[in-house]
Amino acid sequence: MTGTVVSTITVRVLLFASYSDVLGLDSLELTIEKPATVSDALNRLRSLPGGERLPAKPLCAVNLRHVQPTTPLSAGDELAILPPLAGG
Amino acid sequence: MYLSQHPVDLATLIAAAQSPERGGIACFLGTVRNHHHGREVLRLEYSAYAPMVEAECARIVAEAQSRWNVAVALKHRVGRLEVGDAAVAVVAASAHRDEAFIACRHVIEELKRRVPIWKREFYADGAVVWVDSTAGSQAGDRPQDCFDPCGASQ
Repeated sequence: MTGTVVSTITVRVLLFASYSDVLGLDSLELTIEKPATVSDALNRLRSLPGGERLPAKPLCAVNLRHVQPTTPLSAGDELAILPPLAGG
Repeated sequence: MYLSQHPVDLATLIAAAQSPERGGIACFLGTVRNHHHGREVLRLEYSAYAPMVEAECARIVAEAQSRWNVAVALKHRVGRLEVGDAAVAVVAASAHRDEAFIACRHVIEELKRRVPIWKREFYADGAVVWVDSTAGSQAGDRPQDCFDPCGASQ
């Protein structure tokens, strides 16, 4: 019997400050179908309790660099969702 | 290390940027204000995505040093700070003052725009609030939504 092979990737998601407060956690592993983008990961986060409070286009970083929502994700990436910055 | 739990020591940063050929030294010191939008602030807490702070600050310093003939030193504090404490210091040293001033201003502006640090203010009325400079504007119309990080960090 043949079936569709769904391949997935797992990324580590980091949440900070107010976003960590609204989702009630500061990190999680997310397994998503590939090909996956930052936007796909955000959509998954929005389905979690409190996730609906994330803004439409939060700042995001992958592997310590700012990225756009269209940036592709690879297995093992570290995706950080960044609330409005307030340094300085 | 650009991030520190300890008080910011401006003299150490000046010593790091200074050299005999760099006679003009510009410094920026950001300290904790006792008010925000008319409310009395008692103290605040900074938190950070530390590994990215180090990476992004290194990129900002490298960009400034390649664009102008300057040496830059930079430190940002995290943890609990009281009113008057220094939260951030930027030092830019150059042969002449023009480049020192320009580079110093550039580095603090880029830090505020790009470096993942957050601040929670503790008010005299008992409220505790994460500072959000984009609050009050429309979603999709917020400055950080329009931020082009990929372009900025090239």
